[in-house]
Amino acid sequence: MTATAEPEIGKARLRKEDTRLITGQTRWTDNLQLTGMLHMAVLRSPVAHARITNVDVSRATAMPGVALVLTGEDLAAEQGSLPCAWPITEDMKAPAAPALAVDRVNFAGEAVALVIADSAYHAADALSEIDVDYDELPVVLDLEEAVRDNDLVHEDLGTNKSATWVYDSAEAGSGTDVEDEIASAEVVVERTFRQQRLIPAFMEPRSVVVDPAAGMFTVWSATQIPHILRWMLSAVTGIAEHKIRVIAPDVGGGFGGKLQVTPEELLCLLVARRMGRPVKWTETRTESMLSAHHGRDQLQKITLAARRDGTVTGLKVELLADMGAYLRLVTPGVPILGAFMFNAIYKFAAYRFVCTNVFTNKVPTDAYRGAGRPEATFAIERMMDELAVELGMDPMKVRELNWIKHEEFPFTTVAGLTYDSGNYEAATARAMELFDYDGLREEQARRRADGSPFQIGIGISTFTEMCGLAPSRVLGALRYGAGGWETASIRMLPTGKVEVITGTSPHGQGHETVWSQIVADKLGVPFEDVEVLHGDTATSHKGMDSYGSRSLAVGGTALVHAADKVLAKAKTLAAHMMECDETDVEFASGAFSVRGTSTSRSLGDVVLAAHVAHDLPEGMEPGLDADATFDPDNFSYPHGTHLCATEVDTETGLVKIIRYVAVDDVGTVMNPLIVDGQVHGGLAQGIAQALYEEATHDEMGTLTSATLADYLVPSAADLPSFITDRTTTPATSNPLGAKGVGEAGTIASTPAVVNSVLDAVRHLGVRDIEMPMSPERVWTALQGRGDPGSGDVAAGGLGSIDAQGGQE
Amino acid sequence: MIPAEFKYLVPSTVDEAVRMLAEEGEDAKVLAGGQSLVPVLRMRLAAPTALIDIGGLTELTGVRDEGDSLLIGAMTTHYEVQRDHLVQDHALLLKLVTDTVADPQVRHRGTFGGSLCHADPAGDLLAPALALDAVMIIAGPGGRREVPAADFFVDYFTTALAPDEILVDVRVPKHTGWSAHYEKLNRVAQAWSIVAVAAAVQVRDGTITAARIGLTNVGSGPVRAADVESALVGQPATAESISSAAVRASSGDGYKDNLARVLTGRALTAAVTG
Repeated sequence: MTATAEPEIGKARLRKEDTRLITGQTRWTDNLQLTGMLHMAVLRSPVAHARITNVDVSRATAMPGVALVLTGEDLAAEQGSLPCAWPITEDMKAPAAPALAVDRVNFAGEAVALVIADSAYHAADALSEIDVDYDELPVVLDLEEAVRDNDLVHEDLGTNKSATWVYDSAEAGSGTDVEDEIASAEVVVERTFRQQRLIPAFMEPRSVVVDPAAGMFTVWSATQIPHILRWMLSAVTGIAEHKIRVIAPDVGGGFGGKLQVTPEELLCLLVARRMGRPVKWTETRTESMLSAHHGRDQLQKITLAARRDGTVTGLKVELLADMGAYLRLVTPGVPILGAFMFNAIYKFAAYRFVCTNVFTNKVPTDAYRGAGRPEATFAIERMMDELAVELGMDPMKVRELNWIKHEEFPFTTVAGLTYDSGNYEAATARAMELFDYDGLREEQARRRADGSPFQIGIGISTFTEMCGLAPSRVLGALRYGAGGWETASIRMLPTGKVEVITGTSPHGQGHETVWSQIVADKLGVPFEDVEVLHGDTATSHKGMDSYGSRSLAVGGTALVHAADKVLAKAKTLAAHMMECDETDVEFASGAFSVRGTSTSRSLGDVVLAAHVAHDLPEGMEPGLDADATFDPDNFSYPHGTHLCATEVDTETGLVKIIRYVAVDDVGTVMNPLIVDGQVHGGLAQGIAQALYEEATHDEMGTLTSATLADYLVPSAADLPSFITDRTTTPATSNPLGAKGVGEAGTIASTPAVVNSVLDAVRHLGVRDIEMPMSPERVWTALQGRGDPGSGDVAAGGLGSIDAQGGQE
Repeated sequence: MIPAEFKYLVPSTVDEAVRMLAEEGEDAKVLAGGQSLVPVLRMRLAAPTALIDIGGLTELTGVRDEGDSLLIGAMTTHYEVQRDHLVQDHALLLKLVTDTVADPQVRHRGTFGGSLCHADPAGDLLAPALALDAVMIIAGPGGRREVPAADFFVDYFTTALAPDEILVDVRVPKHTGWSAHYEKLNRVAQAWSIVAVAAAVQVRDGTITAARIGLTNVGSGPVRAADVESALVGQPATAESISSAAVRASSGDGYKDNLARVLTGRALTAAVTG
């Protein structure tokens, strides 16, 4: 075993996962073929709200290859209710959530019946032979209309309001009373923002295979959460947890969209149990968009109280959050995660947050990259710009005046969190330098003076986020149903190779690479000698999986602790082998030596000695394996300054990003290449919310953006070349100093773009433009007309084919 | 994404393809490059009983010089059109439009004739075909017939092709020495045009002697901006004459009307200034 010459941590290694992913050498869930496997297809409701009065499966049952057709009634006794792990208040109203609708459908796309057949083709063919009679009910789509309770999504609940969650700084003792601050403010700015509904649009559609062989239910699923899934499947079905094994093989993206216990996972399990044969279900893209959970969808009323010098004194946030038709795994908690972030990087005297969670006849919402924090960041960063306009101040000056200064860390915020570290001054200075802020302002002034049709705007987003989910006691206080710790195991093999088992569940992040880098440094073994095992509850028996930018800060720390345990025991054994006192043993570059002598033993020698166990100190167990579980004391708080320059074509409304600078502080960086990749991908998704993506419905509640021709996910061709850089202020809450980077780009970028576009056209009389800022919306705003809505007037797309009755 | 069952037929000549179409009846479809039909099949928006795959009919590919015009085989791929020197020299507008179609993968599979037969009003190739006075050469059970582009595009996704007919060639009159430009507004690179304008202009000694302008996605089919064309003829090739003519592209006050005017002005300006 040779020592690594330069540290692995910080090295821009190519990802060890990529060869197999890029060359097609891996197996996705849908690639699995098991002997005797059946295929499941799901019939989905075409209507958003109806009573099911009859389901006739007789013709479908007689179709070639069909083994079984099931309705909700057939499964009613065994399917239970899909789990919601986050009852945010004691009196939260939650409807029963059947995996297969029994007598009612509450959103278009809800599963109504199943065909199980000998091939995916036969299953799909038989779907169209099922006759369902629907007695349609009034459709509730609009949030403001829903809270009036005129029509109800769930009649038995008596209201469309699921819960109201409040944080008030005066009540919490973390600040003054916001109403007092508003009453005495020199300036009050009040705005309403709409967070449109988004679709996570992961690249690999969801897929499930359940094999009931040999007294075990083995569940392969394209999921982010194999451990939570196993627990929940057991809880819902009553199948003993130790008789369920969940495997998440390579998973092609999630973005929170696979942080779910899905109806189809449960249904495959029930069907496999009933049939005694393996069952597979793989969704189509349109099916994914119609039924996998959506994200965002809030109406935000924000009131900012300030002094004329720009000092903000109070912030009041009143939210309506769209749950959709059901509460899925963490649906109710997503807007609540935002509660701690509206105050962002600033020092406000008073803060009040009130969120009402509302049911509508739409696909349930749940976690989507950032989950609550992008919504919060958008609102406050838009408001800081609005305040700057109101006061005639430079928007960066207003931020600087209010933000927490570097020397004030650690800082307890008005929302009650303690930010451990940060340096907003450094990140901002670097961003301003890379951006040429002054130069762009000059160009902007020139174009305004010329009356150019191509106006330039500058948008700022100085953001922070809470990552590293999460201290278990905080989750408990928020009524979340699980802990936030993470676990890791290290197995020292007799040949000196190392197996790492992690409870995190990567689905594109590159954990195998980074975890190997960490272990290589800690143990002094070559990077190539480390294998990372994950995503299989049989090998990784416990874990809390991957979401909320938690894997490195929490799971990486567990790994460090496990490595420390390996080394501590190895040191005792090394001392025994070298016949010296343990206090004289030093460890460096993969070898133990006796201080001041040339006597040494490599870690490999010690591992072998521990393994053969021929001569161990009295009482020492054979082997050097170690486990560790880490429960963080605090969240981590990445931050950064993003600056965006856009050019708005005032004649067509088209927005083009001409410069984008992102300076992020994600703490200590393990692998800069992976960090850059996360930032780039995050920026693409955040920019997409600002400019491109929106889940749209017609008045009947049908999703009209159910293909990728209609739901516009941008590609590299549509995005600028990003200028990224970093400042490094290590987190103090974990030994790696890592803060998390999975969501930073998404959280920061949306308001930067929107602020930029508004800055370009505000002098032309435009006050606001709803997201996504489509060319038609921008142009319409420039004409002084009302928002054109999210129609398909100006879209080309497959929707246009559908509108023609399916002819082509 | 599984299509309904269909019969798959591979003819070896155009005549055989026509015969197959007649035999299979109205629910048969011709499969060309498949870039529009295959997604529609997979989504079961269409369920033809038979697909007649003309992908192997080499007699339908390539560009030929016919003196005053070019004859472009219906199965010539977008990629081949883009790289063809005859098209470059004599139908520059068509090359420039084809450059903007979707992405390289689609351009390697998708065909010129297939796009025209699909007749999606948001499709790019309809407008230049109309503007350049292309003529569709169609084979059917009764032999061949010719249909000018102006009569070929009937409505949304509807052409003058009878169910038992196949588009075999497209005759494009030469526009040698004309300058051209395609001004396309779409939200992302993969998206269809919101509106686009295909313009070809002939300028002699600083005077516009002829103009051909087609609009994409402003109606149920491609639209010829005839008023703009006639307003340009005899005018000096200047910004003033372009802007006063471009406003005739549409008279409405909607967003697409505005785009038709703005993009027509830009397309002409780019064409004239090269």
